[in-house]
Amino acid sequence: MSGQPIQRDSGTSGFDVFSFLARFAPLIFLLVLMAVFSIMEPRFLTPLNLFNVMRQVSIYGLLAIGMTFVILTAGIDLSIGSLLAFAGLVAAAISKGGLSNRFTVGEGQDAVGYAWYLAALGAIALGVLGGYLQGFAITRLKVPPFVVTLGGMSAFRGGALLFAAGGPISGFEPDFVFFGQGRFLHQVPIPVIIFLSFAVLAHIVLRYTRFGRQVYAVGGNPEAARLSGLNVRAITIRVYVIMGFFVGLGSFVLAARLNSAEAVAGTGYELTVIASVVIGGTSLFGGVGSIFGTVIGTILIGVLLNGLVLMGVSSYIQQIIIGVIIVFAVAFDTFAKSRRRRG
Amino acid sequence: MSGIAKSFPGVKALDDVGLEVGHGEVHALLGENGAGKSTLLKILSGAQKPDSGSISLAGTEISLGHPHDAQLLGIVTIYQEFTLAPNMTIAENVFIGREPGPGIFVNWREMVAETRALTQRIGLDLKPLTLVRDLSVAEQQMVEIARALSMKSRLIVMDEPTSALSSTEVKKLFAIIRDLKAHGLSTIFVTHRLEEVFEICDRFTVLRDGKQVGTGAVAETDLDNIIRMMVGREMVAQFAHRAAAAPGAVALEVKGLTRSGNAQDPHATVLIDVSLDVRRGEVLGIAGLVGSGRTEMARAIFGADPFDAGRIIVDGQEVDIRSPQDAIASGIGLVPEDRKQQALFLALAVAMNMSMASLDRLSTWGFFIDEAAERRLVEEYRRALNIRMADPQQLVVNLSGGNQQKVVLARWLALRPKVLIVDEPTRGIDVGAKVEVHNLLFEMARSGIAVIAISSELPEILAISDRIVTMREGRITGAIKRAEANEEILMSMMTLATELAA
Repeated sequence: MSGQPIQRDSGTSGFDVFSFLARFAPLIFLLVLMAVFSIMEPRFLTPLNLFNVMRQVSIYGLLAIGMTFVILTAGIDLSIGSLLAFAGLVAAAISKGGLSNRFTVGEGQDAVGYAWYLAALGAIALGVLGGYLQGFAITRLKVPPFVVTLGGMSAFRGGALLFAAGGPISGFEPDFVFFGQGRFLHQVPIPVIIFLSFAVLAHIVLRYTRFGRQVYAVGGNPEAARLSGLNVRAITIRVYVIMGFFVGLGSFVLAARLNSAEAVAGTGYELTVIASVVIGGTSLFGGVGSIFGTVIGTILIGVLLNGLVLMGVSSYIQQIIIGVIIVFAVAFDTFAKSRRRRG
Repeated sequence: MSGIAKSFPGVKALDDVGLEVGHGEVHALLGENGAGKSTLLKILSGAQKPDSGSISLAGTEISLGHPHDAQLLGIVTIYQEFTLAPNMTIAENVFIGREPGPGIFVNWREMVAETRALTQRIGLDLKPLTLVRDLSVAEQQMVEIARALSMKSRLIVMDEPTSALSSTEVKKLFAIIRDLKAHGLSTIFVTHRLEEVFEICDRFTVLRDGKQVGTGAVAETDLDNIIRMMVGREMVAQFAHRAAAAPGAVALEVKGLTRSGNAQDPHATVLIDVSLDVRRGEVLGIAGLVGSGRTEMARAIFGADPFDAGRIIVDGQEVDIRSPQDAIASGIGLVPEDRKQQALFLALAVAMNMSMASLDRLSTWGFFIDEAAERRLVEEYRRALNIRMADPQQLVVNLSGGNQQKVVLARWLALRPKVLIVDEPTRGIDVGAKVEVHNLLFEMARSGIAVIAISSELPEILAISDRIVTMREGRITGAIKRAEANEEILMSMMTLATELAA
């Protein structure tokens, strides 16, 4: 649907209104939404507010990049919220130099923990391990992704609670916190820069590399991919490892932004992230979608929530609106799929 | 029933098309892929609405807004892709949505009894409570027919009913159609196998580019005439023979390939001690009925399915094949029998479909795709195989069946295989494209590739092979040179040879 640079439909001559809408619907919707909000609420279209929106969506965005890979293979990952909490605690514990001195290391304390990059690496390592285990279960034990990651959702949350022994870990070194609260040139929030850099990188991987091509192939037709000599298992495992990488990275940025990590972090993130990816035009049936669409989808949800908050709409109603939008986005996807079939 | 006529100008798909089917008539609806047959059938079944035109049944004009309307009027369509529920029984499938019984309950006894009556009438010798997923393709089709009969149909529309059937099964289907005809039912019959038109059909209608280009009595026309109407040009012969080539060294040798079946699946075909060899520059035809193990053999050699015993030798070197990747590394390619399910990435562009197996060669540092090299590859094979497409970024789903098949062939040719196995290379593609695909197979052989061709159509096997091996029930039952073979000989080797071999 949106931003399909590699799937041009040139079978029809002239201007096809449907395929134009299908490709740019999320972008058009985003622009219309922003126009409406800026008319109704003057505070919306200020640089400060827009940067705030972007910073809020950055963590969802990092997760959505990984989720795009997963959904492109017709998979799903429900465990990301739990794994995010677990990995965030690992980053926090490393920054503190161990769990035992979690209350004695950090701001205003004397003892010394480990550097921010070791914390980030630890979080990413746990994310990658979690992703690998789930990918292994999906490809070797042949359990559907929905079930494996539903199990992961519970298991990683349990792991996080056990690891943290219930309480949050707060107060990190300034170097660590910079990755969540810092601003580049006193303007652009660091999380936004991290999100957009990885979005560009992921776009390049999906669009220009052999691996990206194989992801589309495995999602589009796994049997044909296997009979074309693709290693479907390895590609599938790699996709969940990539998801795990983004969960680890996201958990580090989240902990830095909140200057705290806790075992109940990330609850319900999977729904928002999957919604962003699907609204951005990536098909739950696999094989169709793009990072560009996912970035638009993520910002769209962020803008929607921000605008509703500014207008004083209650968070309950916000949830209802998000739910309805998800259903319509999937309905549109199903409709587009039936059109592709007929094509 | 006096007849059905419909016309709807304006849209390209169908342009002022008329179709008239008499009472108790078997009517052939013919045309190349994309001629508009499917659209016409969808309108007749109520799945799509015409822009204009009219349909009348037995002299009264009718309107079909929904498939249910058509069924109520006695028009039942049997599509190429079956619409049965695999985890339900035959009886449940026959009466799905119309289960007999008081209120919300199902009267199983009545349903089973009626199903048995219907299946016996069409010669399907299976218990009504058998699960549909355990049936063969031919048996599933007979369940579809039983369902059509149970709806008190007046007109049964069959979309390429024979494309997945073996010759014996086709004969059985024709017997059923003749029986329906004797009972006054009309049939619309879509097929790509033109000889069937002369065997079973009374009248025919030919579509080309959404227009009706001819209709009449089958008895008053001939094959050449129909082909001329379909393709709009003269065809010398349906399948051209070629001069026998001088084959080179043995490229592939298979020894004692054995695969034991799966007890859970009554239709899992086993392979028993299958041995064969094929030389460079040779086309080896594999003839066998559906279920003879021909596809299973191809898949085992290619590493798509595991096998229990046997050796595979390529160019004199024994190779260990456990996956399609291993087979490709050994120089073996497979064009699978089901293009859409097993070969194509329908949502991807033609270029990506063509290069999918060659990405190793087309990438820099094994990572980035060299798009210029990919474009050159696509252009090379577009010319060589005469693939008709708007541009390389066109979605492959928008190509005709014949051009899609050429894209799959190009994917394998780009790998320069030593051995290429093609399973049903011309299934569901039109006559003109068939000839082109045959010529491509000759061309490949001439360039030194050892070609193994599997086909259900004996005329095709006879036209393209240098040598023919027949299979039955997982065993090789004979080998014969093309010059010594004809359809009768092959048929007896395929059906009787176990006794001969014993």
